[in-house]
Amino acid sequence: MAYDYAPYPYVPPKGLTEAEPRHPVAIIGAGPIGLAMAIDLAQRGVKSVVMDDNNVVSVGSRAICWAKRTLEIFDRLGVGERMLEKGVTWKIGRQFHGHDEVYAFDLLPEDGHKYPAFINLQQYYVEEYLIDRARDFPDIIDLRFKNNVIAHEDKGDHVLLTVDTPDGEYTLEADWYIACDGAGSATRERMGLSFEGQTFQEQFLIADIEMEDSPFGDEAVPERWFWFDPPFHPGKSALLHMQPDNIYRIDLQLDVDADAKEEATEEKVLPRIKAIVGDKPFRLDWMSVYKFRCIKLDQFVHGRVIFVGDSAHVVSPFGARGGNGGIQDVDNLGWKLAAVLQGEADEGLIGTYHDERSHGSAENILNSSRATNFMTPKTPIEALFRSEALRLAHDQPFAQKLLNSGRLSVPCSLEGFDLQTPGTAQIAPGRPAVDAPLSGPDGDTWLIEEVQGQFTLVGFGDVTLPQIAGLKRIGINQRADYPCFTAKANHAMRRYGADIAYLFRPDGHVCAVFKKPSQAEVQNAMDRAMAQSSEDAA
Amino acid sequence: MTIYPDRLSPNQDDFYNQLMDAHDGLTEAESHALNARLVLIMANQIGDPGILKDLIDTARGYAHV
Repeated sequence: MAYDYAPYPYVPPKGLTEAEPRHPVAIIGAGPIGLAMAIDLAQRGVKSVVMDDNNVVSVGSRAICWAKRTLEIFDRLGVGERMLEKGVTWKIGRQFHGHDEVYAFDLLPEDGHKYPAFINLQQYYVEEYLIDRARDFPDIIDLRFKNNVIAHEDKGDHVLLTVDTPDGEYTLEADWYIACDGAGSATRERMGLSFEGQTFQEQFLIADIEMEDSPFGDEAVPERWFWFDPPFHPGKSALLHMQPDNIYRIDLQLDVDADAKEEATEEKVLPRIKAIVGDKPFRLDWMSVYKFRCIKLDQFVHGRVIFVGDSAHVVSPFGARGGNGGIQDVDNLGWKLAAVLQGEADEGLIGTYHDERSHGSAENILNSSRATNFMTPKTPIEALFRSEALRLAHDQPFAQKLLNSGRLSVPCSLEGFDLQTPGTAQIAPGRPAVDAPLSGPDGDTWLIEEVQGQFTLVGFGDVTLPQIAGLKRIGINQRADYPCFTAKANHAMRRYGADIAYLFRPDGHVCAVFKKPSQAEVQNAMDRAMAQSSEDAA
Repeated sequence: MTIYPDRLSPNQDDFYNQLMDAHDGLTEAESHALNARLVLIMANQIGDPGILKDLIDTARGYAHV
């Protein structure tokens, strides 16, 4: 059944009739990134006003592949379990050359994790769940539909916004302006920021079809199938994904000079789909012809204006690094912005958002450009290498690994960045928490539920944790006067090692490790993670 | 035909990208010449005549597939 795009109500904002008190945070764009940002801040007690020029969720499925790390962040934001329940869980990707399967990869070969490698879930469901969640904070999140920000001016200690509504224009002030207004960011355009990078000439057709019988044939298990030179679409590439509600995503590479308008018509699309699914009945739910670019802003933070998600960086879709990258931006910025607004950290902490996420975004761009280059050879020599790699991949393991239909989103490591205290451990400082099942005083739980949201010191095995104001402590496989848990099936001990303490940042990244943590050492590591020099802390 | 263990990963994408970059801006004839030089240099690095014969036979074997 087609998704019901019910509009959200427009309410005339107060600013139309009287001056509004200055808002701590204005979030521009109520897509997945803007909504997640508002919820993250709300959970930390920070108020925001969220403005969107539209009043319906994403039209079309758009972002569908949500990675494990994203789901763990969404778990912290209160929507992870709902997404998991509705989404289609998968972890196997198969790559075909012509008629033959040449290589399959398993993205999560081990168990003992709350969330799977990936779920597929249409962006409109994700936005719907996030809006529902945002409404759990009626006094903290001020959600304004059909409020189109048409101008903004950085005043140094705040930003002045001009907003257009069906009832006319008004202005409002905010301490911080968070641009979550997507790949075509009007904020970025207004500021005249250069946004140039690699543009790919190839065009792709994306089509969602609803059908009772699976186009995967007898394989009832949802997987990601990718074809190089498939029999039904010779000389090009094709990608197939399953979504909830019996909807399947088909992505087909088109000719460089294909007419985008003509390709996005039923006359052109239906025969292409029939070539794949045969005579099985289906309904065309959504289609789009697109090109893409791989670009990021030089700076994600411009004074009081911060770019988050696609407004800061865009990638090719192969690898699911767009939406998943954006959610990691939110995860990184939320606790930092809250700490600055609540006077716990200096503004310098905001600059580390740029450092860490610009790095993450560069990694995503590198991987997605390489995948796209492999899929769309530019010269006869590139095509020759690709075709011989495919030929060898029928037998040779090394050539199978060379096939690149997208290196799927993996969590970004922040190793080596200033906020982390250097150290050696199985999970090195900078890496995000690796999940594991635990059982504790209140029954079964997961490591990611216990270590995300605030600074948390976790002792694994025989190690004693000092008490520090503002620091949560938990023990695993130990007895102490703070909450202690047992590592189920020993997963946690195997993943983290024994007799060691890990300090997690509020976004779940490890920022320090200790063999024998002293109060001073842990305090220094926390100060460092808040971008406070040790002299300030003394 | 020999099946060789994978020794390129996890750096296979770095290698492939470097290889494509090396061909950037060359004519097709220049690219074939580059490939020939590369094969000769790699052969010298491998050195072992038995391994080289086996590699040549395996690569040649795919010509009939």
